[in-house]
Amino acid sequence: MLRFWLIKLLRTVVTLWLVVTFAFIVLRTSGDPVVALLGADARPDEVEYFRRLWGLDQPLIVQYLNYIVQMATGQFGMSLRDHRAVIDIIAERLPATVELGLTAFAIAAIIGIPAGIIAALRRGGVLDRLIMTIAVFGFALPNFFLGILMILLFSLTLRILPSSGTGTWQHLVMPSITLATFTAGSLARFTRSSMLEVLEKPYMRAAAAKGASFSRRVLFHAFPNAAIPIVTVIGLNLGQLVAGAIVVETVFAWPGIGRLLVVAVSQRDLAVVQGLVLVIAATMVMANLLVDLLYGLLDPRIREAST
Amino acid sequence: MIRQRPNIIVVLASIILAVAVGVALIGNVFTPHAVTDQALLSRLKPPSWMEGGEAAFPLGTDRIGRDMVARLVAGLQMSLSVALLGTLIGAVFGTTIGFIAAHFRGWVEEILMMVVDFQASLPFILIALTLLAFFGNSMVLFIILMGMFGWETYARLARGVVLSARAQPYARAIVALGANPGRLYLRHVLPNVASALIVQVTLTFPQIILLETSLSFLGLGIQPPNTSLGQILGDGRDYLSTAWWISVWPGLAIFLITLSMSILGDALRDRLDPMLKTRTT
Repeated sequence: MLRFWLIKLLRTVVTLWLVVTFAFIVLRTSGDPVVALLGADARPDEVEYFRRLWGLDQPLIVQYLNYIVQMATGQFGMSLRDHRAVIDIIAERLPATVELGLTAFAIAAIIGIPAGIIAALRRGGVLDRLIMTIAVFGFALPNFFLGILMILLFSLTLRILPSSGTGTWQHLVMPSITLATFTAGSLARFTRSSMLEVLEKPYMRAAAAKGASFSRRVLFHAFPNAAIPIVTVIGLNLGQLVAGAIVVETVFAWPGIGRLLVVAVSQRDLAVVQGLVLVIAATMVMANLLVDLLYGLLDPRIREAST
Repeated sequence: MIRQRPNIIVVLASIILAVAVGVALIGNVFTPHAVTDQALLSRLKPPSWMEGGEAAFPLGTDRIGRDMVARLVAGLQMSLSVALLGTLIGAVFGTTIGFIAAHFRGWVEEILMMVVDFQASLPFILIALTLLAFFGNSMVLFIILMGMFGWETYARLARGVVLSARAQPYARAIVALGANPGRLYLRHVLPNVASALIVQVTLTFPQIILLETSLSFLGLGIQPPNTSLGQILGDGRDYLSTAWWISVWPGLAIFLITLSMSILGDALRDRLDPMLKTRTT
């Protein structure tokens, strides 16, 4: 048990180290880091000051170790555009993204998981086909196009929802549904196949023979067993959600970190880009660690198999 | 999802893809306008069947009076060729890395697989945005980025297959006969992985289309004067209230292509990979 957790923890640390190393390599190979982070129009004395401050006169290995310490402590530098600490800007934008992400995730789970269960129970039937067809559509529909179609329909034609911005719950409706679509589709597909596997297990027949009612068999015997692999898919979907948020926030002018990232990339505000990438990557890696641990907790077989 | 004979949906998906490729290849015959032709008197014209539309522009015009048909054809050409190139680069590169990892084992394998795990742990759009921000956008970098997408899946796949193939008698017999590793992998192992790789290609291709169109939509991908479906869609965003067609046509094209490719990929997987079929049905 302890060994299982230690291995997972070690892997997480290695991945975080790789992320920081990746950022360091990109920063150093793409040009002068001082010019990159301060901008080409920085004064020579400023450049000189930061060169010494960041220890760029030191050997590369010392610079690398310093860089790791700086990034680990959240010293991402200053934004070129508004001359504030990157960490403050990110902290300011983060709540909006968390709000959008959690809402989207809740919608995806509430729709996707029951849809998958129903499809599995009605395997091969009309309902199954219908649900799976919708799921495939949800997969293939690019989120930016879905967002635009919703704006055309609900904002410009029916005029019942605001097309951009934030503030009221109406502002949250379209971005969160757009963001949820892909995740709902993948949850539905995965829940279905996971349930189908479980429904054929001998213990399901045993439960039926015992006289357990249909709903009891589905909810208390089948679903908890099917839920175990679903937890992993939820972990994998976090990446999709982050990637989706980058696009969806831009479509709906939602003031979160996704939009911040797109603006920073297009303005080449590199300190902000670097800080955001590290924060997002670290969050995702930690979330995956949590999922892994939860997975091991839910299913003792996993712990045994991976040690 | 058992499909013994090609069903109507798979046939439909194939037709849509064939039409898309056909339009990209010979699309210029559909319209007398060049993609750069501007008709400033015919700006933001709706499709010809709508009120105010002009017969010369069947799908309407954009903000500087360029013909939507011509732009869609150009965008389709760009999106398809970038995705095709990206898919090929990723497949070849990833498979090679997988073979190398499995051949050398030891620390080479460890390092390569560490990079594979690293890339798999982050959404690719994040890596792409970082590289675009630091190195600046150029067509070469953009195509390399598309090629970097998904290579880790091929690497894992190829490594796993080589490892299991090497334990098989046929591989040992070939080595005993004096074949060098290159011959073993290319002539004997590769044909055995081919079906799994082809399935993977059909899964990666629509994802690369979505990646390219997303980045271009955000204004961070294909840059004017070049155009792609995503870029036209992004262009039309500012004109949603007056000219919906600028955004809707390219969006519809992207949707139909990715949908058809996914359907074909699923069908292909069911056919080529009986193991997966029993698991997912």
